Amino acid sequence: MASLVKQERTAMSGDEAVAYAAKQSDVDVVAAYPITPQTIIVEKFSEYVANGEVETEFVCVESEHSAMAASLSASVTGARAFTATASAGLALMHEMLFVTSGCRAPVVMAVANRALSAPLNIHGDHSDSMAARDSGWIQLYAENAQEAYDSIIQAFRIAEDLDVLLPVMVGLDGFTLSHTLENVDTLPDDVAKKFVGTRRLTNVLTHEGKMAPFRLDPDNPMTMGPIALQNYYFEFKRQQEEAMKNALEVIQKVNDAFAEVSGRKYGNGLIDAYCLEDAEVAAVCLGSTAGTMKTIVDELRAKGVKAGLLRLRTFRPFPVEQIQNALKNVKAVAVMDKSMSFGGNGGAVFHEVRHVLYDLEAKPFVVNYIYGLGGRDSSPRELRGIYEDLQGILQSKHVENPIQYLGLRE
Amino acid sequence: MTTEEWKFTAKDIAEKPDLFLSGHRACAGCGPATVLRLIMKATRGPTIVTEATGCMEVVSSIYPYTSWAVPWLHTAFETAAANASGIEAALKIMKRKGKEKHEHVDVIAFAGDGGTYDIGIQALSGAVERGHDFLFVLYDNEAYMNTGIQRSGGTPHGAATTTSPAGTVIPGKLEYKKPIAEIMVAHEMPYVATASPYYWRDMLTKVRKGLEVEGPAFLHVFAPCPRGWRSDPAKSMEYSKLAVETCVFPVWESINGKCQLSIPSRLVALAPQKKKPVIDYLQGQGRFRHMFKPQGKKLLEEVQRVTDERWQRLLAKCGMPQKP
Repeated sequence: MASLVKQERTAMSGDEAVAYAAKQSDVDVVAAYPITPQTIIVEKFSEYVANGEVETEFVCVESEHSAMAASLSASVTGARAFTATASAGLALMHEMLFVTSGCRAPVVMAVANRALSAPLNIHGDHSDSMAARDSGWIQLYAENAQEAYDSIIQAFRIAEDLDVLLPVMVGLDGFTLSHTLENVDTLPDDVAKKFVGTRRLTNVLTHEGKMAPFRLDPDNPMTMGPIALQNYYFEFKRQQEEAMKNALEVIQKVNDAFAEVSGRKYGNGLIDAYCLEDAEVAAVCLGSTAGTMKTIVDELRAKGVKAGLLRLRTFRPFPVEQIQNALKNVKAVAVMDKSMSFGGNGGAVFHEVRHVLYDLEAKPFVVNYIYGLGGRDSSPRELRGIYEDLQGILQSKHVENPIQYLGLRE
Repeated sequence: MTTEEWKFTAKDIAEKPDLFLSGHRACAGCGPATVLRLIMKATRGPTIVTEATGCMEVVSSIYPYTSWAVPWLHTAFETAAANASGIEAALKIMKRKGKEKHEHVDVIAFAGDGGTYDIGIQALSGAVERGHDFLFVLYDNEAYMNTGIQRSGGTPHGAATTTSPAGTVIPGKLEYKKPIAEIMVAHEMPYVATASPYYWRDMLTKVRKGLEVEGPAFLHVFAPCPRGWRSDPAKSMEYSKLAVETCVFPVWESINGKCQLSIPSRLVALAPQKKKPVIDYLQGQGRFRHMFKPQGKKLLEEVQRVTDERWQRLLAKCGMPQKP
């Protein structure tokens, strides 16, 4: 697809790309606290503020818990709010993640995915955001720095869509993406700003019986974050689920609209299917691993192996129909998890993918590969082994052990 | 409207419409509900209120009802000051970008003793250090009343709560009340004050001063809880008076670090013979009942001694003559 605007190519780390995207998105308030490997984002943004390059109030909060509380409060005041965190920071925010989605505050947050303690580990895996998967946040996972940049810009449009009004977290793999320099094409400032647009507010009926924009406004008093008991709480939660359903559409539309401006597209916005049309064996993964996996698929295809890859770009809302369609003709599927669900018989991605495959008429064999915890490298040789295992399963028509650990000393 | 123009007379207050409305579910004799209603009378213009989880949040916002005639936000227990930070930052930038039309909007954060002394102190300390322009009001009913009377950092020495019961071995709470207002003064913030709702004019003047000051202000308000204190609901204001007269809860203010006694406590300082013994305040409150049994004598003496020591220290800080 031809690019419609002239873009600038710069070498940036994933973190820098995220900060740059936030800079271009006309963010009103950033409330953030530093944590490795997200630190570069807040450092970079602080520079923009210090040099007067952004019109943003930067609140250097004393903890991630306050980062999310302040972001949420700024958002319900009517501001566009952005924050970033990782690992323990996301865990400390956990309580506020639910409050933010429950208050329908469209906060956007970058998560430089990192392992959780103990033992302490600063490197990349998905333990942090997977532990937050039921917090009512939309979750996108970037494959590379370019996608991290593009996804942050898209995230504001998704979050603030009046049919959605949910917070969005964009995951980028710690160090692999956050700290590695890549070529990133960036939109001109005015194009990015126009794409994101100004934040619109939904009109709601206040307790005074007036229709007014949904924000804290002294002219239209509104009670936000009330207590709702047995008689109303359930309905609030059901509405959040409806918003997630709407997000499935909106994410695809925003992905298309972004492609028209930038020439870049990430599958249909929800899933990125690679060589799946006639694939017999396929892997499912999130994030940066997809880069290596695609190379392996290419190699295998050259040898005549019908291999494919499904990258889940959107993990929440979970694109059920899209996954079913993408995998319906595949005979053996390997689901890759960069986190553990202790005692849960496999990882979170495995659970969810296998769960939607249950409804297929011809159910494929499904195996789980838990890999890369604490930033452990997975070599192309190990990853290629996944496809070899799948071919073996096709031959033997039998799964010996459905839960495998890649590159682990047992 | 400045403090000088508005004298906070009973007539002023009666004429000003309520912003904390009736119909809330607070108990009879609730000190905090009276405090909130009065404090909202002292607001000076467009105001946004944020509140920590606690009694006052729960009784005032049961969906689909509300007692708030101003925009109001609750997010969590420990977040009152962090919320205020986010609201203030948003108002500031939105004003600059032309998205907020009011010249100025006051931000008030309310929290109980749990949301201030304990779980909320980190966010409070951070917000004050960053210098956000807001008024933090601590309504201190001296325990976690909303969850059923558990001890907090603000529970006084000797008080029986459900997590510091007066047992046969341990006579109520062993630790002392954290000097929260002095901790806030140590932040070198522009305005810190303590107030008692019995002296309502003093309290309202302090609210207005706290709003007028540029930067953070902290107001520590004494707020009796008949349920938690096992006291007569009709006597909440009487205890609010006795707490000051016995120097259990002196009222003072610190403006840019300069500390001075407010009139009700200054009168006690100037006429020490009028200073009442702490038992006048303690008796009648069920939470101190065990102190009036024979084995409680030592504890009573200790409470009097520590109250006197703290009072003497305060006098010194305020440059008042110290007398026994």
